[in-house]
Amino acid sequence: MAGLMAGFGNFTHAVVRAVPTSLAKEALRTNKLDVDLLKAQREHELYVEVLKHKLGLEVIELPADESMPDCVFVEDAAVVCGDTALITRPGAESRRKETEAMKKVLSDLNLNIVEMTDESATLDGGDVLFTGREFFVGLSKRTNQRGAEILADVFLQDYAVSTVPVTDGLHLKSFCSMAGPGLIAIGSSEHAQKALKIMQQMSDHRYDKLTVPDDIAANCIYMNLPSKGHVLLHCTPEEFPESVKVFEKLKDHMLIPVSNMEKAKVDGALTCCSVLINKKTDV
Amino acid sequence: MVLCQVTMLDGSQFTCEAEKRAKGQYLFFKVCEQLNLLEKDYFGLCFKDNADQKCWLDPLKEIKRQIRNGPWNFSFNVKFYPPDPSQLTEDITRYLLCLQLRQDIASGRLPCSFVTHALLGSYTLQAELGDHDPDEHRTDYTSDFQFAPNQTREMEEKVVELHKSHRGMTPAQADSQFLENAKKLSMFGVDLHHAKDSEGVDIMLGVCANGLLIYKDRLRINRFAWPKILKISYKRSNFYIKIRPGETEQFESTVGFKLPNHRAAKKLWKVCVEHHTFFRLMTPEQPTKAKFLTLGSKFRYSGRTQAQTRQASSLIDRPAPYFQRTSSKRISRSLDGAPVISVTSDGSGPLGEKENGRDPALELSSDSKDEDEMPGDGAAAATTAATLDSAEEDAEESEAILRKSLEEELTSLFMSKASFSLGLVSSCTTTAGAAEGTLVAVPVGQRSAEKSPPRMETFLPESKDVAKSADNKQKSEAVAVATTATQPVVEIEETVIVEEVRKTPKPATSAIPEVHAAPTTEPQAAAVAAKEASASSDSESEEEAEYHPQITSVSVEQIKEEPEEEEQEEAELNKQQHQPEPSPLPQPIAETDPEPEPAPAPSQPVIEDGTPDTKEDAQPPMEVVEDDGIVEEEMMVTPEEAPNGYSAAEGQGLGSLEEEDQEPRVNGDALHVDTDHLPQVICCSEPPVVKTEMVTISDTFAAQKTEIATKEVPIVHTETKTITYEAAQLDGSGDGEPGVLMTAQTITSESLCTTTTTHITKTLKGGLSETRIEKRIVITGDSDIDHDQALAQAIKEAKEQHPDMSVTRVVVHKETELAEDED
Repeated sequence: MAGLMAGFGNFTHAVVRAVPTSLAKEALRTNKLDVDLLKAQREHELYVEVLKHKLGLEVIELPADESMPDCVFVEDAAVVCGDTALITRPGAESRRKETEAMKKVLSDLNLNIVEMTDESATLDGGDVLFTGREFFVGLSKRTNQRGAEILADVFLQDYAVSTVPVTDGLHLKSFCSMAGPGLIAIGSSEHAQKALKIMQQMSDHRYDKLTVPDDIAANCIYMNLPSKGHVLLHCTPEEFPESVKVFEKLKDHMLIPVSNMEKAKVDGALTCCSVLINKKTDV
Repeated sequence: MVLCQVTMLDGSQFTCEAEKRAKGQYLFFKVCEQLNLLEKDYFGLCFKDNADQKCWLDPLKEIKRQIRNGPWNFSFNVKFYPPDPSQLTEDITRYLLCLQLRQDIASGRLPCSFVTHALLGSYTLQAELGDHDPDEHRTDYTSDFQFAPNQTREMEEKVVELHKSHRGMTPAQADSQFLENAKKLSMFGVDLHHAKDSEGVDIMLGVCANGLLIYKDRLRINRFAWPKILKISYKRSNFYIKIRPGETEQFESTVGFKLPNHRAAKKLWKVCVEHHTFFRLMTPEQPTKAKFLTLGSKFRYSGRTQAQTRQASSLIDRPAPYFQRTSSKRISRSLDGAPVISVTSDGSGPLGEKENGRDPALELSSDSKDEDEMPGDGAAAATTAATLDSAEEDAEESEAILRKSLEEELTSLFMSKASFSLGLVSSCTTTAGAAEGTLVAVPVGQRSAEKSPPRMETFLPESKDVAKSADNKQKSEAVAVATTATQPVVEIEETVIVEEVRKTPKPATSAIPEVHAAPTTEPQAAAVAAKEASASSDSESEEEAEYHPQITSVSVEQIKEEPEEEEQEEAELNKQQHQPEPSPLPQPIAETDPEPEPAPAPSQPVIEDGTPDTKEDAQPPMEVVEDDGIVEEEMMVTPEEAPNGYSAAEGQGLGSLEEEDQEPRVNGDALHVDTDHLPQVICCSEPPVVKTEMVTISDTFAAQKTEIATKEVPIVHTETKTITYEAAQLDGSGDGEPGVLMTAQTITSESLCTTTTTHITKTLKGGLSETRIEKRIVITGDSDIDHDQALAQAIKEAKEQHPDMSVTRVVVHKETELAEDED
């Protein structure tokens, strides 16, 4: 077994959920944009395809639930770190039920399940940035202090948990994500940069930063897979040509552009659509 | 003789005798001798005070006076958790650290998850028992060990399972693995203290190697790295830290916390002072024998810093000592498989131990150019070397030392006060813009030319222009970061910021800085004496104290550390100053030229060499040239100022000053501009007696002035404190030209407080006339008045009214009546 905090980005499983038709009309969104449902579904299929076939992850696909228009964004329903999964209490009331299916599938994977039962707490997984060394929790419209505290109770034992105010944008990860070990991808907007500064101030660790012109493009998925090395799923040149140029400078990474145009209209970023798990067989 | 009981980290008891009047270090050395421990600076002895609180035994004080009536029982513990245990030199040190951490983990002080408990436990087994032996190690062999506060059967099984996988690992390797994992735990080395924030909410303050952490419940809600903290102080049960302003803020802020009681506040303060010194400084501040200006606690960390102890341990030259591991009593094998011999320390430690352990004169600090132990050593070593190179520095340093105590106080006030006069603002802008983020070494030429203590204006962070330039930084930074895409290293080696310029202390000079240089009138002089007397007596009963982690003028070198964001930006700013072509923002690779430095032209520093490579940027030693345009003042070096034995260097310094005057662009790097508008400071504490304090501080010109302040010498049965600072004389002769009185005029007005203004115009040599304005301000009110604030306001107003003049002297006369406060 590897030591504490080793193997950042190493995943074996992914949990995803299909796009319900209700997404187009009913999914929560901060902008009033029309979503092309078919396109969104096609996008999502490609996304799952990449995880499954290109990267060889074991992908568990939950069926869509029409009564939960946002259910494709599974990330918000659970925070998994090591063998522990915290089932969240999403900030949007309409999304609370999404956690049920998630809880079931994660317990089937034999993870230690911790549920957020406190009724005053809210937490969306999209506000949780795990850097490999510590957690940052965005305090946003969807996540409150109490939610962050509970996350700290669950994970603080090994990791520091710091809070970051999210002044603009939906989630903390609406403008940042990990793009490598110790490398934070961050958007260029003022609030993104401000949040980064706070994170740097709060941290005992040094992070490099990868600044991309577009906030949403800063949401990418980093993995470190035994067979593939550094892998980065990021936005496509069609969506954010300038940001892609930045990613293309990461020479050591296997870069996989994944389109997310339609889901982005309902504030879904790349990380939102999967929960990644490292289920080591040898432990 | 008294019998001392010391509980060792392995749980055993060590008994020894000590003289009744023995100091803490006597016992500590005894214990280290017994342990055969050389890298002892990470450790300390604890005792329980009468409130059952754990306290560190001060090595420099008598044991008896610390434990008071308590029993002579102590425990040997890790005091400073080395953030990177692999850098410890000896296995025995790592072993002791492991023992401490096992205690911390088992007691729950160091929380970790199930998996981590199991992993750490398995290394413990490997270290203590060696390879898993299926015959010997049957089911219950783990029950002797406590791996976690709540150890379960399941955990023990997991531990055993992992233990099996460590086959072949030596005890030392297992310890190392243990430490490599434990050090990553978020609470590793964090000393927690209960407190309440300003709203009365329960929080925890955690002191660690890097700074101060604030927790609410288990959530980290803030972190103040040492470079962020300008001042640490406590007053009664309140604990305060003064924070350097961020780029968006104009003023520094003070954050206050309420501790359960005075004792807790003081304890926290001490821990902060010690941790800051140990981890952040190259050398401790010299203990202050005749600490002239300090009121309140004079406590400072007296041991060696981590840098010093590392330096010392690098000289350890003995075969790896053998020691017994606790439970198994197996004899440790060193990594190279040396023969197994049990050596019990009999007090005559291996050769070199004593020297190594005790030599206080080990000057690691300045002159060692190869400080490989410093993290990210390149830049740091370079800077150290560069700044220390010149022998001239020495003169300056010792001079600085002479003044140190004073300057600390000076600095404190001016760091803490809001903006000063416009004149000042412009001058500090120059400095701040140019010098921040660059390593600033001060060639002695300028230094010696300064007629007064090393400047602090340079970092008056509150000047608006500075804030503006910070904005520039921010703007340009947002763009510049994209350049790093190819090579996503954005971190810049930390450059030493202005405040951290000062160098290694020379062996302590106990001289009182320059009191006599000031033609103080007699009553004042008497008062000085009074102050000294009382200062020495108030040692530990003080109810407040402060500490300036960033003191400009302290002759203490700070260690390069993890770059903090602001410093990065500053460095980036510097870098960008040399990028002539602005590029549009969306372009990922773009470095914009920030708006021109707001600094005024005449003293505009010139940075000639800005390498775009950020890493390198930090490295070249930046030299500071003062060029404040007031040549007359620059030349004012007084003989009195030169400490004994350094006059030659002083002369040299003068020479170089002249050169630099003609050619201010020295070595191309950042220039640091000082002005002579040296404000004065007053720091008064209020020992729990009814008394009056008078603090007088003035600079250059003051020496020539009549002393009005003496009128204020207080009435009889109050205690009088006068603190006088007199800076250098106007010219080399040291005798100020008394001048001819031309006019004198007194105006009295009343505003917020009573103000009496006296204008005195004198003719000086050479037909120059000089006007001096003296204001007397009386502020009355109850104890809730923020005197510092009021004073700052007064100074500010004075500055605003006479922007063309500088404040040269401040006298504070304070009459307070204080209730006794419990210690």
